Amino acid sequence: MSVILVFLLVIAGFAGWWLSHQRLTAKPWLEQGLAGDFVGFDRSALPTAKIGLGVFLAVVGCLFSLFTSAYFMRMGLPDWQPLPLPRLLWLNTGVLVLSSVALQCAVAAARKGQIDNVRLGLATAGLTTLAFLVGQLMAWRQLTGDGYVLTSNPANSFFYLITGMHGLHILGGLVGLGKTSIGAWNGARPERLRLSVELCAMYWHFLLFVWLCIFALLAGWAATFIDICQRLLT
Amino acid sequence: MVDVTPADAVPPAEVGEVELYHPHSWWTKYVFSQDAKVIAVQYSATATAIGLVALVLSWLMRLQLGFPGTFDFITPEAYYQFITMHGMIMVIYLLTALFLGGFGNYLIPLMVGARDMVFPYVNMLSYWVYLLAVLVLVSSFFAPGGPTGAGWTLYPPQAIMTGTPGGQDWGIILMLSSLILFIIGFTMGGLNYVVTVLQGRTRGMTLMRLPLTVWGIFTATVMALLAFPALFVACVMMLLDRALGTSFFMPAIVEMGQQLQHNGGSPILFQHLFWFFGHPEVYIVALPAFGIVSDLISTHARKNIFGYRMMVWAIIAIGALSFVVWAHHMYVSGMNPYFGFFFATTTLIIAVPTAIKVYNWVLTLWRGDIHLTIPMLFALAFIVTFVNGGLTGLFLGNVVVDVPLSDTMFVVAHFHMVMGVAPILVIFGAIYHWYPKVTGRMLDETLGRFHFWVTFVGAYLIFFPMHYLGLMGVPRRYAELTDMTIMTESAHHLNSFISIMAFIVGFAQMVFLFNLIWSIRHGREAGGNPWRATTLEWQTPETPPAHGNFGKELPIVYRWAYDYSVPGAKEDFIPQNVPGDFAPSREPA
Repeated sequence: MSVILVFLLVIAGFAGWWLSHQRLTAKPWLEQGLAGDFVGFDRSALPTAKIGLGVFLAVVGCLFSLFTSAYFMRMGLPDWQPLPLPRLLWLNTGVLVLSSVALQCAVAAARKGQIDNVRLGLATAGLTTLAFLVGQLMAWRQLTGDGYVLTSNPANSFFYLITGMHGLHILGGLVGLGKTSIGAWNGARPERLRLSVELCAMYWHFLLFVWLCIFALLAGWAATFIDICQRLLT
Repeated sequence: MVDVTPADAVPPAEVGEVELYHPHSWWTKYVFSQDAKVIAVQYSATATAIGLVALVLSWLMRLQLGFPGTFDFITPEAYYQFITMHGMIMVIYLLTALFLGGFGNYLIPLMVGARDMVFPYVNMLSYWVYLLAVLVLVSSFFAPGGPTGAGWTLYPPQAIMTGTPGGQDWGIILMLSSLILFIIGFTMGGLNYVVTVLQGRTRGMTLMRLPLTVWGIFTATVMALLAFPALFVACVMMLLDRALGTSFFMPAIVEMGQQLQHNGGSPILFQHLFWFFGHPEVYIVALPAFGIVSDLISTHARKNIFGYRMMVWAIIAIGALSFVVWAHHMYVSGMNPYFGFFFATTTLIIAVPTAIKVYNWVLTLWRGDIHLTIPMLFALAFIVTFVNGGLTGLFLGNVVVDVPLSDTMFVVAHFHMVMGVAPILVIFGAIYHWYPKVTGRMLDETLGRFHFWVTFVGAYLIFFPMHYLGLMGVPRRYAELTDMTIMTESAHHLNSFISIMAFIVGFAQMVFLFNLIWSIRHGREAGGNPWRATTLEWQTPETPPAHGNFGKELPIVYRWAYDYSVPGAKEDFIPQNVPGDFAPSREPA
């Protein structure tokens, strides 16, 4: 369970940093007065939707940390046989990076108000993301074809489970991307469009980060890395 | 939604980014409503309905325990199903949903001075997914083989094997699916509660001016958002084990002389995941109760809450600590004894902030102008019950005490006191307190006092004797105790007595339900602020609050939530939105 505890430590650190800026040592019973004195301690200047998405991503991060924790605990048992990762996954990773880059370009374009480039970025991101999902399915087929089926070994089960869960989150993101694209083509208000594009980009970057972690985990590098860390500590 | 349009009557500087939607039809106003107040009522009604099922299940269990052998239809299998569904419904579908979905939805926007939750559409979805989860759960009663009888902890491997009711039928599959749905629905709602507290606060409502109710619900929601994923992961993996034959949790096992296809899985892994959710869950239920009780006591004792800052810090500390105590539920699972030492220590440390809260409640009462209204009675009963249940928690937190007591009725008594009776008393107190705001009418006083005394005294008569049964060694989870040497005649009599009390207390809840329904039309008119309270929900222009909560302009907050009996003030309370300075002296007048 150490992975999830580390994750929670990061969350707690962030929450602690935020709380330390909220005057938790104030003595509210002595402070009647104008609301104007406390403007700085009202809501954050960030858009509400971004904060909402940030909280949601914390939950998603928690979910994948827990899968990782379970992975490490199950991995220690004797029947674990790692499976060879298909080469295709490298290509998929590249495609997912591309979609993140495309969305970042769309954000830049939206900030400058270049609607054509926003559309181009959104379309590229959508297509590359679909390509990523198809690529993941092909990787699944390749593995099952080689006899690495879901039930034959816990390493296989975890592979399908974690990649599947990641794919589902990407699929959910595509819904948001689709809505943003409809807005981009049907002339949504520029500031509204900009916010949606930024939200999409945020979500994509996060899921890319999650994917890179998962990839490292499934390829076994994460275990090696932790092993090295443990040796350094002891 | 097709038929809703953004309103433009609200001044932009006040509303920020929350766009208020106006429903145009009966359906969007009362059924598919995006108004947090309607969603709150929907959540509460659904939770109460499923809670009644759990109440009936507890009666059936008590029939069996109190009068063994009398009722043929209660087979051991059925008894396990009753236990499982009773526990699961009470902990998750009733308490969690009612505190966060019910009180959270109703109180957060009103108390922080917002017009609605920040994401109303997602909030509506949250309720409908919750309802779906409840329906899936209920459907398991009608599935072939009935609901699962694995115990509310659903430990593998037994949960998905033939010997357990529902293990190889639909029961466990429906249970796990229902939990997964619940978690998805809760996440949608939880995002709303958290972000509304962060971003929806009106001008002047700093974090340190929030009523403790909001602090409690806010912290509990943050915890729930981080803890429920663990249950989600456990459920998904167990579902795969059961439906597709993977071996996440299932070890190699021989069943009825046949080797199952599972191999090498780890049941302990499930326990870790389950209790990583399960222990924070206790505080997910307790923290809102702590917050609400603080407000009830302060309001009805006409005195500011003692040590507000300490109360806030204690809530945060409890929330953080509760994530590192989970394995105290697993002392008997055969894990490394050093872990037991660590988790016993953290468990006992958590008693410190909790005790601070109890002292502060008592010190708030000290020399207060105590009005023994029904909400106050429930709040006082909560303190007593919580201290009682909490102290037995200190016993059980120690490994050497827990190991012999772990499988006895002592544990049943402990967790019912601390996490069953105590939060439920707060829920009742809160309903008596806020019902006038929700409906505009008071609940009936006489029925209320009857309900309080029967529930409070009755609950003690049910659960207090269980401690003794547990110390005698009477095991829990057993459908049939008659042939045990442990079960002396007096123990049997005690069991019958407990059962009879359980029926009486259950009957009192019917009186309460009648009161709830009857008073909607026939209760005494409450007016806007019957308890003369300071917080914003009592300052709305209309009662019940209209759509948008605060009329044309949002309130501006000038003071904290606990200005009761301020020396020099005209009345004994000053609402949060009243400007003006009063001498900030807190010496006794």
